[in-house]
Amino acid sequence: MDKMPAWADAVLVPLISILLAAILSALVILAIGENPVEAFKLMVDGALMRSTGWGYTLYYTTNFIFTGLCVAVAFHAKMFNIGGEGQAMVGGLGVALACLFIPFPHWSVALIVATLAAAAFGAAWAFIPAWLQAKRGSHIVITTIMFNFIAAALLNYVLVNLLRPVGAMEPATAGFPAVTHLPTFQDMFASEGNPLFRGSPANVTFFLAVAACIAFWFLIWRTKLGYEIRAFGHSESAARYAGISPVRITVIAMLISGGLAGMMALNTTMGEAERLVLNATEGAGFIGIAVALMGRSHPVGVFLAALLFGFLYQGGAELALWTSIPRELITVIQALVILFTGALDNMVRMPLEKLFLATRRRSS
Amino acid sequence: MDYATLLQVLDSTVRLATPLLLACLAGLFSERAGIVDIGLEGKMLAAAFFSAAIAAVSGSVWLGLLAGIAASMVMSGIHGLASITFRGNQLISGVAINFLASGITVLIAQDWFSQGGRTPSLMGGGRFESITLPFAEALRGVPVIGPLYYELISGHSILVYVAFLMVPLTWWILFRTRFGLRLRAVGEAPEAVDTAGVSVVGLRFAAIAICGLLTGLAGAYLATGLQAGFVREMTAGRGYIALAALIFAKWRPWYALYACLLFGLLQAVALRYQNIDLGGFIIPVQVMDALPYILTVVILAGFVGKAIPPRAGGEPYVKER
Repeated sequence: MDKMPAWADAVLVPLISILLAAILSALVILAIGENPVEAFKLMVDGALMRSTGWGYTLYYTTNFIFTGLCVAVAFHAKMFNIGGEGQAMVGGLGVALACLFIPFPHWSVALIVATLAAAAFGAAWAFIPAWLQAKRGSHIVITTIMFNFIAAALLNYVLVNLLRPVGAMEPATAGFPAVTHLPTFQDMFASEGNPLFRGSPANVTFFLAVAACIAFWFLIWRTKLGYEIRAFGHSESAARYAGISPVRITVIAMLISGGLAGMMALNTTMGEAERLVLNATEGAGFIGIAVALMGRSHPVGVFLAALLFGFLYQGGAELALWTSIPRELITVIQALVILFTGALDNMVRMPLEKLFLATRRRSS
Repeated sequence: MDYATLLQVLDSTVRLATPLLLACLAGLFSERAGIVDIGLEGKMLAAAFFSAAIAAVSGSVWLGLLAGIAASMVMSGIHGLASITFRGNQLISGVAINFLASGITVLIAQDWFSQGGRTPSLMGGGRFESITLPFAEALRGVPVIGPLYYELISGHSILVYVAFLMVPLTWWILFRTRFGLRLRAVGEAPEAVDTAGVSVVGLRFAAIAICGLLTGLAGAYLATGLQAGFVREMTAGRGYIALAALIFAKWRPWYALYACLLFGLLQAVALRYQNIDLGGFIIPVQVMDALPYILTVVILAGFVGKAIPPRAGGEPYVKER
């Protein structure tokens, strides 16, 4: 018998965790001498009350959907992929190479090819840790951390020594050709009389991210491969007994995970900067951990959590602009969310389970 | 390369290896007790900030050191609460601690000092001064050995000597005391320790307290010894390099010393020479940056001797009923 109904597990536990994180964040804001209610109002104003704010919020949301799904698919196979950051960096390299060196006739073709390149590069970067875990038993958490640093060094080398235009000081590639410009929300939805999303970076990759959520749901809950991934995640020995190859599932799950992380680079590199810069990932790979934990590794949850973090990111930028609260507040909130929804999960869960058991006993 | 340059590189190797060594030994205690700790980076960062901040405010580096140790002990406490008391995922808890430290240090630094997330530069009593060992001046003129003693062995801050003395001390505690035996046992077979009537929870909390103490020293050395003040993200991945060194050393104290010296040397060389020219073949500086991580992956892959972690590492202990 389950200790708790499913809805409580899926909705109540994350909600209480977020509430705890929010209360602690409010205390932090109070401690540095600002008013938490005012700060929250400012964040809502800046992120949700104007279309430009939404444009930024959805831009960040797009990043976090991809990295959240990246961590989530690995969670389903009971692996912890901390390497989303590095995989996204290398994915960005794939996007840049495709955009710079292939003459595209139209942005839609460019988007398809760049998506494939991003996914392939990201997946390739995840392949080595996956293979080492499956074949040599080296722990994937450590290897993916190491691969983040190796990716940073690799990208630094490529940008400084190979792809930097002659005479440029900044370690970045040349601007991508104009034809690879992806339609932004402004291009799509704004008209003469109704200037929506002005200057904001949200672009067509947002719809790609939503499509990725749907594809993720279909893959995990409606296909044989998804079933195998979940079975492997629940019990490796049972999966092996059922004829599922642990090596195959480990490698495939990590390839999907790395591919999703790589696709995140489409949004920042092709959609926003239109060139590859050194810090194109902006830490989104790590936020994916918080998003996946909060979203309970379900695409709907990941989407909502990504939206929340998109709001926090844009709201945090507004706070830094108008108050003395630095952007790092968002890092603290992110840490608290990871702590409560991930590591201290049992602290929230145990009392709730007791509560439900007690009420059930009374009613029966 | 002449003798004087060599000594300078080795001297900076010792300085750069010190925070790695302290953090690596911290991780050693924690992981030998079965608590995987990827939060070394965050604990060091918190200690670096609080040691620099309190040293700047009070003017006393010793008060700063205490504050730094206290800060990383608090972080250790959170890790213990999550991973021992509530049996949460130790890796996720470590990630959370890294983010918490990264955010909260800048937040408080901005609130206290309003200098863009840094502390004021430390001067005078706010820093650990270098210690000149006895006879260093007198022996300086002696060829070969004199400069070696003066440059390399003498002239470091007290925490450097503490770090190097911690290596034999760690070995002695872990392999020659009853506490050490139990601590290692709790990382391999906690159920056996429990059967013997020794508290698994107590031992593990003791281990992470030692871990907090050592990361506190590491962070304080960074901000008050190696550099004069705190800047944001000043640990710059050293916690992860220490983790890499720990695996490289296969969870043994003396090997930890060698691994940290090796990684310190790589950092020192990368700092001094940008690109190394080996007769027409140039090693770019990025290779030096990435080398500790690449070496660790190779070791982990088991191609050069297999690294086998403590058996119960990462697993919360649940008493059988």
